[in-house]
Amino acid sequence: MFTELNSILNASPDSFTQGEFILVSDRQSDASFLIHHFLSFYLRARCRVCFLGLVQSFCHYNAVGQRLGVSLTQAKEKGQLIFLEGLKESLSILIPHENNTEHQAMNFLRDPAVGLRSLYEFVRSGLTGSGSSEEGAEEWGPPVLLVDDLSVLLSLGVGTGAVLDFSHYCRATACSQLQGNMVMLVRCNGDEEEDGDEGSEWLLKGLSHQCSLALHVQGLPTGYCKDIHGQVEVCWRMRQGDGQHTQKKLFQYKVHDKGASFFARGTSSAVL
Amino acid sequence: MAAPLSSVSKTSAERLPFNTTSFQKKTRSKLISIPGTRPSVQNGQLLVSTGVTSLDYLLGGGLAVGTVLLIEEDRYDSYSRMILKYFLAEGVVCQHELFVAAAQDNPDDIIQELPAPILDDVAIHKPVEQPRLPCEPPDNLDAMNIAWRYQNLPKVQSALASSSRFGHYYDVSKTMEPEIRQAAKFHRFYLPEHLAQPSTTHSPMLESYSALLKSLQEVIHKEGFDLAAPMSKSRNILRVGLHSLGSTLWGDDLSCHDNPKHRHALTTFLYGLRALMRSSLSVAVVTVPSHLIQDRALMGSITRLCDNAIALESFKGSERETNPLYKDYHGLLHVHQVPHLNCLASQLPDHKDLAFKLKRKQFSIERLHLPPDLSETVSRVSRGELAGATSACGSGTSGTKHLDF
Repeated sequence: MFTELNSILNASPDSFTQGEFILVSDRQSDASFLIHHFLSFYLRARCRVCFLGLVQSFCHYNAVGQRLGVSLTQAKEKGQLIFLEGLKESLSILIPHENNTEHQAMNFLRDPAVGLRSLYEFVRSGLTGSGSSEEGAEEWGPPVLLVDDLSVLLSLGVGTGAVLDFSHYCRATACSQLQGNMVMLVRCNGDEEEDGDEGSEWLLKGLSHQCSLALHVQGLPTGYCKDIHGQVEVCWRMRQGDGQHTQKKLFQYKVHDKGASFFARGTSSAVL
Repeated sequence: MAAPLSSVSKTSAERLPFNTTSFQKKTRSKLISIPGTRPSVQNGQLLVSTGVTSLDYLLGGGLAVGTVLLIEEDRYDSYSRMILKYFLAEGVVCQHELFVAAAQDNPDDIIQELPAPILDDVAIHKPVEQPRLPCEPPDNLDAMNIAWRYQNLPKVQSALASSSRFGHYYDVSKTMEPEIRQAAKFHRFYLPEHLAQPSTTHSPMLESYSALLKSLQEVIHKEGFDLAAPMSKSRNILRVGLHSLGSTLWGDDLSCHDNPKHRHALTTFLYGLRALMRSSLSVAVVTVPSHLIQDRALMGSITRLCDNAIALESFKGSERETNPLYKDYHGLLHVHQVPHLNCLASQLPDHKDLAFKLKRKQFSIERLHLPPDLSETVSRVSRGELAGATSACGSGTSGTKHLDF
């Protein structure tokens, strides 16, 4: 959890707006540090968290979580965290064996054309907590869905339409029905002008339209710098009475060992 | 690596005392358990050397076990192939196991072409010899008796290098001696030997890639590299070298069409490869002929599914070969991605203008800089001004060109 980002977003684990869809995207940079921020944030806020870790192993998230002061293993044991380790589950489908008990959630790998229905079923059961009625179970706050990252689904052959459908269903369940939050990461490559990767561009546009808060991480337009890792554009989309208005702020950031610092453009301690 | 270091079992290899001095550095024997590995200074990851010292430095000390290094091939695949061979040769010297897969050349040929380690530089693991740690100073005449602290310092300063030695040097002009080569355990996958049978699934993966993934998983399970498997008496590292993935010989059409039919075959394979690597004590180097793949966006998603990504751009056959600017180098090296593994901040390189050159004994990556212009015809008009400016900067005074004495 980065306290500087919390003050920018005007949120704290004790008080945050519910029903938000936060979109995290990056271009020529790496925004995964924000996913770690939101994971530790919502675990501290005592939310029930459903995490789809599609690109890294559980060990990785756990190791980073420990640096940020949360224990994923404990959260998992207590039932606060429902974790899907995409890499582990995918192996049994990619390398078929006779006698294996496989997870249904990654079924789309077998035939990407069928869509992400099984993954959505996993999310829904995780968010509603169907199996938590046993005695002595702790009560958790509003449910939160985190996805790292959505664009890897495109690399695995799922169509853009299917991914947008999936995110829409998730939003309907998590944000509207259960009044929880949702954070999704989308990674794009190339420049905006270049008409290279149509799939992930469509995905980014579609999700930017749906989201209530967008964090766009980019590399510096002036090129590589060791002390400033990039810039993040925070974009609030608020619906107020007569329509929608957006508010934008731009920050530069640097990721440290145990956090990240955000500062206004040109005010890095390296250049002042 | 996917698992914390403590889960790696200890080997019975014991540290031999230094024979030059009674002083011994205290080491945590729990961490140093597999020969040819060392924990990262940054985040405690278990690292192995790529066989190229300056590349190790660039990647933050070495390749983390459990990761995949993507090398985008240069135009004639000569230098990328060289790095792959260095990586495998380092595995032979460190007695790691190897897994080599290729569609073009027979993996046996690749193994036979491995460069020879430089013998007086390092203690080689001869099969008859007692196993030694690579960091032990060899007891030859070069061993320093007085200033022994400086023995392991690198001799060349211009190339990128860290202060401590890790990995070995190789002589490219000679091939490795057969007895060293045969001591290494070696698994091979040669695509033409695995005749593809038509599959019935709708999986986006090609048969060639599924067969490769399957054979790799079998090796990992059988030889006990799996982290989930019960601890065997000694653990070892599996080095996986995959040559020219995505080329047409693998049955892939990424490089033939604008809209390839198997667009997601390679990315799906890399996803599976990452899953395998993360759950085992292995490390992979993958080369991809990226200059044949027109679609940059596709190349971007391939890069993101690997952990490290570097691209080689050789001057061979291009006009840059004769350009005096580049006369000291053989090509440019681009770092496209550095891993974020078990940590928030990744180790970023200091600068991104890098070039490589291949000397007889060393493949080295250096900071690209302009050569001094020594030709007769160069105009020397501004020489005095320049000298004044540099001296002003050097003495720390304000940058005025007119100095009054």
